[in-house]
Amino acid sequence: MAEFRLPPNSRIDRDGKVHEAPAGATNVRAFKVYRYDPDGGGNPRVDTYKVDMDDCGPMVLDALIKIKNEVDPSLSFRRSCREGICGSCAMNIDGANTLACTMSCADVKADVKIHPLPHMPVVKDLVTDLTQFYAQYASVKPWLQSRTPAQPDRERLQSPEDQEKIDRPSACILCACCSTSCPSYWWNGDRYLGPAALLAAYRWIVDSRDDATGERLDALQDPFRLYRCHTIMNCTEACPKDLNPAKAIAEVKKMMVEREHL
Amino acid sequence: MYTMATSIAHRITGIVLSVGLVVLVGWLFAAASGAERYAQASALLSTGFMKLLIAGWLLAFCYHLCNGIRHLNWDLGRGLEKAEARRSAIVVVAVAVALAAALIYAAFFAGVPR
Repeated sequence: MAEFRLPPNSRIDRDGKVHEAPAGATNVRAFKVYRYDPDGGGNPRVDTYKVDMDDCGPMVLDALIKIKNEVDPSLSFRRSCREGICGSCAMNIDGANTLACTMSCADVKADVKIHPLPHMPVVKDLVTDLTQFYAQYASVKPWLQSRTPAQPDRERLQSPEDQEKIDRPSACILCACCSTSCPSYWWNGDRYLGPAALLAAYRWIVDSRDDATGERLDALQDPFRLYRCHTIMNCTEACPKDLNPAKAIAEVKKMMVEREHL
Repeated sequence: MYTMATSIAHRITGIVLSVGLVVLVGWLFAAASGAERYAQASALLSTGFMKLLIAGWLLAFCYHLCNGIRHLNWDLGRGLEKAEARRSAIVVVAVAVALAAALIYAAFFAGVPR
């Protein structure tokens, strides 16, 4: 159910350590970063890092890497491709979930506030435990289920129109920005699949080569798995790949009605 | 941003309307209990404070109605693109405020003929 306050051991100390910029720096910006050390025993805190932007790349991830390399090696975060295709560096920047590598520091007014993805168990600093998120993705069976044997000498072909249907949903990188921005997922994340998994379900439901459409819809016919979506639209607002999970979920709900009444 | 705010406002106005319904039922009870009780209830509801609350309920009603229609469109799979949803958020708020202003004017300032 809804939780309006953090548990006592999770309340955040807003006045953490302050790391000043090197002397002589003129173009300084403050990065306020959530820190949590599971081994330290203390509550989470917000540390301030003052970074010389004349000696730093333009993206938020550039600043984080600079902080880790030059100021504080104990800062933990996930990153890999630094070009918005791996989905590792998803975090809450300036109050919205996005990828640190595609978010420009110039697009943030005032201090750059960086927190882990909301309402997920924190492993350390900006690293969250996504085990359940991945399990939910696996639960929609995100692979082709066909009853016709594959032809030995060619691929399973699709018309351009059928390809168009799965083109955008297939671009999901599973960064979890959408699911962790969704209040329904915050409050019922154990039973509601969340926008990312449902977008994946939709992608296979509308795939012209997939024969398990009925079974896939059956699996979603549940008060929680699908129907905790209340069209809040945070998922679509958050998606750094500009995908539309809210629309995909609405389409699945429509298919549920259509198959019962047509 | 707008979509999040309209969603939160939809829930809050829904709760406000549930509370307002209790008052409405009380008023209907009074009307069914004879002229004396009705006069008492009317006097109670005519105070400045109650008029302010009623104005608030009218606004909540107009907003919940307009945003409800937006939700019905979404359920039909329409208007779910990001730009459309942001635009409809602004439209809903504008229409709700205009509708509520008209109702509040009609209720308190237009001078209902007796």
